[in-house]
Amino acid sequence: MLLVLEQTLNGIQFGVTLFLMAAGLTLVFGIMNLVNLAHGSLYMLGAYLATTFFQRTGSFLAAVALALAATLVIGIVVELIALQTLYERDHLDQVLATFGLILFFNELVAIVWGRAAIYTKLPPWLSGHIELLPGVRYPLYRALVILVGLAVAALLWLLVSRTRLGMLIRAGASNRTMVSALGVNIRLLYTLVFGLGAALAGLAGLMAGPIYAVQIGMGEEILIQVFVVIVIGGIGSIRGALVGALVVGMVDTLGRAFLRPLLATVLSPSAADSAGPALASMLIYILMAAVLFFRPQGLFPASAR
Amino acid sequence: MADALLEVRRLVKSFGGLIATNRVDLEVLDGETHAIIGPNGAGKTTLIAQFAGDLHPDQGTITFAGRDVTALAAPARSHLGIARSFQITSVFREFTALDNVALAVQAHAGSSFAFWRPARADRALRDPARAMLESVGLGARGDVVAANLAHGEQRQLEIAMALATRPRLLLLDEPVAGMGLDESQQMIRFLGSLKGRHTMVLVEHDMDAVFTLADRISVMLYGRIIATGAPEAIRANEEVRRAYLGDERAL
Amino acid sequence: MTRRTVFLASGLVLLALVPPIAAALGQPFYVDVFRRIMIFAIAAVSLDLILGYGGMVSFGHAAYLGIGAYAVGIPAYYGLHNGYVQWTIAVLASAAIALVIGAISLRTSGVYFIMITLAFTQMLYYLGVSVEEYGGDDGMRLAARSTFAGLVDLRGGTTFYYVVLVLLVLSLGVGHRLINSRFGMVIRGGRSNEARMRAIGFATFRYKLVAFMIAGAMCGLAGALLVNHTEYVTPEFMHWTRSGDIMFMVILGGMGTLGGPVLGAVVLRLLEDLLLPSWTEHWQAILGPFLVLVVLFAKRGLVGLLPERRDG
Repeated sequence: MLLVLEQTLNGIQFGVTLFLMAAGLTLVFGIMNLVNLAHGSLYMLGAYLATTFFQRTGSFLAAVALALAATLVIGIVVELIALQTLYERDHLDQVLATFGLILFFNELVAIVWGRAAIYTKLPPWLSGHIELLPGVRYPLYRALVILVGLAVAALLWLLVSRTRLGMLIRAGASNRTMVSALGVNIRLLYTLVFGLGAALAGLAGLMAGPIYAVQIGMGEEILIQVFVVIVIGGIGSIRGALVGALVVGMVDTLGRAFLRPLLATVLSPSAADSAGPALASMLIYILMAAVLFFRPQGLFPASAR
Repeated sequence: MADALLEVRRLVKSFGGLIATNRVDLEVLDGETHAIIGPNGAGKTTLIAQFAGDLHPDQGTITFAGRDVTALAAPARSHLGIARSFQITSVFREFTALDNVALAVQAHAGSSFAFWRPARADRALRDPARAMLESVGLGARGDVVAANLAHGEQRQLEIAMALATRPRLLLLDEPVAGMGLDESQQMIRFLGSLKGRHTMVLVEHDMDAVFTLADRISVMLYGRIIATGAPEAIRANEEVRRAYLGDERAL
Repeated sequence: MTRRTVFLASGLVLLALVPPIAAALGQPFYVDVFRRIMIFAIAAVSLDLILGYGGMVSFGHAAYLGIGAYAVGIPAYYGLHNGYVQWTIAVLASAAIALVIGAISLRTSGVYFIMITLAFTQMLYYLGVSVEEYGGDDGMRLAARSTFAGLVDLRGGTTFYYVVLVLLVLSLGVGHRLINSRFGMVIRGGRSNEARMRAIGFATFRYKLVAFMIAGAMCGLAGALLVNHTEYVTPEFMHWTRSGDIMFMVILGGMGTLGGPVLGAVVLRLLEDLLLPSWTEHWQAILGPFLVLVVLFAKRGLVGLLPERRDG
């Protein structure tokens, strides 16, 4: 029972990480109609930069702030140099060009940090546990990740639904020419949204660093899971991204933790041993197929955003 | 009415809060040319799209030749004999004019799960396609890539493709839109030559075309049909004048 | 014959001359290099059938490379080396899985289609990684190449080379017939104007699905060849970068043409396998921006440099 609680929290923690990625990606889809595969590269850079900044400065908070600022800047630079020209291109062009960017960033990381995975140590003040219930302990850092993720979700919701920038974002998604006619610099709006998405991806990456190994390819691995989130949630919908991320995070985490013992109750132990992990790794994709079968536009189509 | 080819009952279609089709009843008689007019945004194109099966209504029924087709998709309706042209010219831009029409012939020449014989050497497709191009006046333009045809020629090509499916009902969404005077006169003459042979639903802003071609006219306003009748009756209708025709110099 | 056909034909003749030239130069290594190139050319041609002609941006084509490879590797693991059986399984299994993936993903379009094809391929990749019996992450060695009793012996490197060449030519021939057939016109029409296709009476879904299966089956065959070539199969065959790689070949060479993917495979494989690595370890840092430039400025690919009408 305690294990279930712990794994559920892990699922939520993975879910909020997915959400931070999905939010930026889905906004960029919804508003600029751009498929950006290189979104995962920003996640990877966030993790690498935070690790290095932490080693250099000795302050975890300073490292977080620096890495966030850096991914924001990198995102804006990439948008200005490479992506602006892609908005009017078809999806195939966008996929290929951003695939090219991934190759570039992965190799850049290999040049700077080498090909071996690196590990981030947490500062002492973050490495303890908290007691959720009497006798139920949970790592402080993971709890913090959940809190930060949910806080960002709330802030994003406020931003999109309550501010002028959010109004423009929503209007820009449905009618570009109208927004430009209002005298708004739509290029600037796009750059801002893209930078925001980049910083969110960087945040997801830097928070994931101390939990998972920091390595080349980490960005694409999560990117494809984020695609599953977006397909399930519906493109362009922040709410869909949140629900999709939490569902995918839970299903994946709980599947990996409990599918094998669950199968062992009906199958022979050896069959469960081989089928369990295989099925667990396929679970979120099967879920995606099921959602698509019943709701081809995802759970929250963008028109209902 | 016994000889209604297309019969529409209580049709409703809304997008979000906007009601584009508001309880529309309409009958298109076999053999007639039925024009639908109304100001921009009245819901004419949405209505045509529902007749063709590109959109599905929220409520109501569409009966074609005595058969309820409300749930059928566009390809299936094409096979029952409904063909359409689009408001914005819709042809296969990369293909030649002849390829365009041959593809429409092919759609109604049995299964296309034929993987081996070259379609462009298939006389069963090319001959009728060539004849159809001749009949719309594009006989000499068959080998021109559609994207390189003049705007008016592309509109003609679109109608040739629709006719190549041998339809019973032809849905024409602004066939003379964007045409010069000569071109549109020519198109109106051509459509006039189809009268009687094909039942037509004509959505058009060009009142010249409407009053030359139509046997009956329906007037649409804010998703509703406010009047249906013979051209003279529509011209004389007070409500129509007030709502729509008042500012039309064409009348 | 059009200029492009002449070009494609002379390219194939050159490929046929590779083994004697390599032998004369004392560089048998090049037989291996070009055999691998031709295998990828088959994969790229198969992708072009749906991508270039059908407008279906499948970002998961490497899946069938992997399925074809495992369809040879798994029977071989149990001691079955009969190539007739193995390759038939490779083609049928690829077609079957393409049927399932296509049936789900073709219900959608645009960005969804791209993401879903990518996601399903990733699923198969993880499946390969997690099945320990067949080597999991590390993959497994192929104990022996497929045997074709009484026909050919693939153990001979040059013989195998010509088998691959013949299959490449056959793929091109089949592709050519296909895209010019009634079926092919439907696929190309769907790329050009889907709404128009439906309005004239084509229920396009089923045609697209069959095209998706044919492309999958053809790529499955390439997978069966690839595992025989490397004598090794790993989930890496299905890695998503492999899908990107094949797509890059199609674009680089020129999509919507048959010669393009072959040319693209030759150029990209030579760049990736020989030229760039010999220059710098970090060649991907060059390849990535190169890809961006190709997309931005040379969308019609290398074949686009030859003035000719866009045709099979």
